[in-house]
Amino acid sequence: MKIASRRDGGKLTISLTGDLDHHAAKKAIPEISKIIDFEFPTSLTLDFKNVSFMDSSGIALVIGSFKRAGTIGCSFAVENVSKQANKVFDAAGIKKVIDITEEKILTR
Amino acid sequence: MIPTNEISITFPSRSANEGYARAAVSAFAAQMDPTLDELGDIKTAVSEAVTNCIVHAYPDTVGKIYIRLKSFEGNILEITIRDRGLGIPDIDKAKTPLFTTGGDDRSGMGFTIMESFMDNLKVRSKPGVGTTITMRKKISMRLGGLARDKFC
Repeated sequence: MKIASRRDGGKLTISLTGDLDHHAAKKAIPEISKIIDFEFPTSLTLDFKNVSFMDSSGIALVIGSFKRAGTIGCSFAVENVSKQANKVFDAAGIKKVIDITEEKILTR
Repeated sequence: MIPTNEISITFPSRSANEGYARAAVSAFAAQMDPTLDELGDIKTAVSEAVTNCIVHAYPDTVGKIYIRLKSFEGNILEITIRDRGLGIPDIDKAKTPLFTTGGDDRSGMGFTIMESFMDNLKVRSKPGVGTTITMRKKISMRLGGLARDKFC
């Protein structure tokens, strides 16, 4: 899994690329925490546009990042979530607490 | 019931093999002409089961994970995932949403997802012997692809 971050003022966007499973999450969770601590943003968005697959490891990653952002008073959102990943988030019911938006389906 | 097709794979419980397990099951399931959503459900359930073997059955060792895939008449897919690891002392507790004995990188949603994404889930486990989980899903018949070849 590849992790890239870009900063625009106080807004930080972290983009994930690849399969988000247990194998990927083991490395991605501490890496994202490190980025949050270093950048100290006022708003954080996780961009899931290039996440090709996600299992429950993604729930742990999102909750972990949400908590980390919360400790520094930073707002948190997840965007461009695929239909498959969205179903996993739905099963956990975390959308009541965390702002998660599905990928916009482009129509011609 | 006699399966129309079946495949067995065995691999070591290394997390790098999670993607392989999903791909192997997808390739087998593809013969049954699933929709993209059905394939997503199957891959997610398999990923949860294999992760359980790696994280909970063999926490400090590398053991073997056995997957058996069967297809039955009526487009039914059966997935059996077995380990010879630690076993689960209390299956009902393990199935409780958000309950986990894993660390911060686990969510405790594995069994809940397997149960809701597949039609049927059976868990057999004995501490010190291992765990076998069997999942079934009926793949919808579509008027196109396989179903058309069969009926038209």
